[in-house]
Amino acid sequence: MSGETRTAERPATARRSVEEVRARVEAVPDPELPMIGLGDLGVVRSVAPAADGALEVEITPTFLGCPALPAITSAVEEVLADCGHPDGRVRQVLTPPWTTDSITEAGRRKLADHGIAPPVPVAPGGPVPVELGGVACPHCGSRATRPHSPFGPSRCQSVLRCTACHETFPHLTAL
Amino acid sequence: MTTTSDTAPAARAVRAGARTGAARADASRTGADLAVLLLRLGDDALVLGQRLCQWITRAPTIEEDLALSNIALDLVGHARTLLTLSGRLDGTGRTEDDLAFTRQDREFTNALLTELPNGDFAATVARQLAYTHYASLYYEALAGCADPDLAGFGARAAKEVAFHRRHADDWTLRLGLGTPESTRRMRAGLERVWPYTAELFDEDDVVRRLAAAGTVPSPAPLRPLWERRVGEVVARAGLTVPAPRWQARGGRVGLHTEEFGPLVAELQSVHRQFPGGTW
Repeated sequence: MSGETRTAERPATARRSVEEVRARVEAVPDPELPMIGLGDLGVVRSVAPAADGALEVEITPTFLGCPALPAITSAVEEVLADCGHPDGRVRQVLTPPWTTDSITEAGRRKLADHGIAPPVPVAPGGPVPVELGGVACPHCGSRATRPHSPFGPSRCQSVLRCTACHETFPHLTAL
Repeated sequence: MTTTSDTAPAARAVRAGARTGAARADASRTGADLAVLLLRLGDDALVLGQRLCQWITRAPTIEEDLALSNIALDLVGHARTLLTLSGRLDGTGRTEDDLAFTRQDREFTNALLTELPNGDFAATVARQLAYTHYASLYYEALAGCADPDLAGFGARAAKEVAFHRRHADDWTLRLGLGTPESTRRMRAGLERVWPYTAELFDEDDVVRRLAAAGTVPSPAPLRPLWERRVGEVVARAGLTVPAPRWQARGGRVGLHTEEFGPLVAELQSVHRQFPGGTW
């Protein structure tokens, strides 16, 4: 679909400003958590012209093996082309590493609205194991929840069970 | 090196030239060494990831299917970064795919531990216990490297491996303290993999040169801490750490076990059928 749009004849797009490009890149939905954008996920490190003048978007992966990375890269490249930066680039950066603390407040709210319990902040010294009373159930709000499976439907999610409403729900693993 | 005041300018220039030449040779030697080391680490992650994939749809529970496949996915992610960095440094310009899919068995330099057949679930847990404790210690050490790519990888990968380590610790305890049958299997699993653990900490000239140059620390000094940590988990599981009389070696120089060939064939099967195919 995107291929067709790209090859179609269309007038040269005016070059959008860096701020505009950044806003559009941040709005790109995450392929695995489509309810939040890349900005709220905290993976957009910078949008700035590189030494050769081309606009460069720095993305940090949530997990090194994240299978959504190629999809994210091509979606951002499409935004760059749409914004009049066909020579724009996406660069993967690893420092500083992404942690769940990089998710914005708005991102946390959107996750919770969609039944995914947002991560609890990471204590110094490492991730907090999911414990009874740690994570609120996104369905009934009870904190009487317990771990069900530390690995879940995608690499960044674990599965918890609520002992009050008996629902299982995904939880973004604190990292 | 000192320069005496009576040295003629021309001689000084020649000597300075020799110095930069030597420095350049050192830098390229370090780059080549680093490429070798990163290939080893990348092969460890790639081969273990491939092995763990063989559990998919065969794990004891659906949660374990998710756990082992998620861990495998992380390992393949680590391999991608490490092989990409290695290909950039070794002067051949090979990509991660070139390295994973076009090398012969003998060109892989993973430690033998990572290619061991899965065995039963307890043997897989024992291998995970040994590898994750080693990898989390070594990746934490890499996080302190001056090279920003390597340090970034180490910091990121250490966090992911810590999660895998907890999975291995939990299962070691559960199997060790479970039924007589699970205890027997966990003990047998540890005995099966322990002769393959020493190779992870081996030093050779490549490792020694990199450590001496301050580029990458050697894994050898981490071994006592590794022994303490895995020993603690094994003791809590009511078991004892095996003390094998022999240790297998060879993976780092491309000498592999009999079961390695089929693993590589499976890993490269699509590329062998459709060389260079894209979709």
